[in-house]
Amino acid sequence: MDQDTSAHPPAAHPHAAPPAAPWGEAFVAELRRQMLRFATLQLSDAHAAEDAVQEALIGALQNGASFGGRSAFRTWVFAILRHKIADELRHRQRVVEASQLLQEGEEDAMLELFDSRGHWLADERPRRWADPEASLQDAQFWRVFGACLEHLPARQARVFMMREFVGLETPEICAAAGLTVSNLNVMLHRARLRLRECLENRWFLEGRAC
Amino acid sequence: MLNCHDATRLVSEAEDRQLSLKERASLRLHVVMCSGCRHFQANIRFLRTIMRACVRGDDERSRTPPP
Repeated sequence: MDQDTSAHPPAAHPHAAPPAAPWGEAFVAELRRQMLRFATLQLSDAHAAEDAVQEALIGALQNGASFGGRSAFRTWVFAILRHKIADELRHRQRVVEASQLLQEGEEDAMLELFDSRGHWLADERPRRWADPEASLQDAQFWRVFGACLEHLPARQARVFMMREFVGLETPEICAAAGLTVSNLNVMLHRARLRLRECLENRWFLEGRAC
Repeated sequence: MLNCHDATRLVSEAEDRQLSLKERASLRLHVVMCSGCRHFQANIRFLRTIMRACVRGDDERSRTPPP
């Protein structure tokens, strides 16, 4: 990390001992595990992910006493981590062979949804989701959504989270992932198709039980 | 005339870029006539709502029982 544009507390030395955790070590250990998984997926580099997580945690813990609860702290520390990941990705230029783009079972799953004329197959036609906003208040919904994200092919998950969670723009994602704009659009489309289908099958059509 | 395969691609790309006037017009015409693609469009828009809730930390708040 050579700069911190996040307007958050200044980064501490990445290997300094973290300040005392206001909510106990078990909470911070679990939070760190979640952050590390997210950062590793985004950066594809375990060492860089460790550094980003460490810096984000130390920066947040130095101000931990000012947070009302664990949820606010978790949101804050993930916001710092997102900025650190975005900074790191913006400073990288990596090239991916075009032939690698269809790895990991990313072959055109879209063809399984449509008939030869490009119309929905009867069983695949999307349904109306009843009162989706109410789902956002349901803890079980978030567990199902998390499981759906976990089941995305890694490359699709990475660019989808770069776009929707880290908040990078198309040129930034293309530079970080070594993709053309059209390749990126295809991957984002496939990620959304899979997530939509997963949520429909596992939540909205299953009586909201999974 | 758009088919559903092309319409879903445009719905998804509308999340990432500004569609042209021609693309928007043909997509609107298609979703008026196709309930599957109409639901698909609503589902994809809700997916955006979900991700915004994630960024706000709503996923964690809903999992944390109130005191």
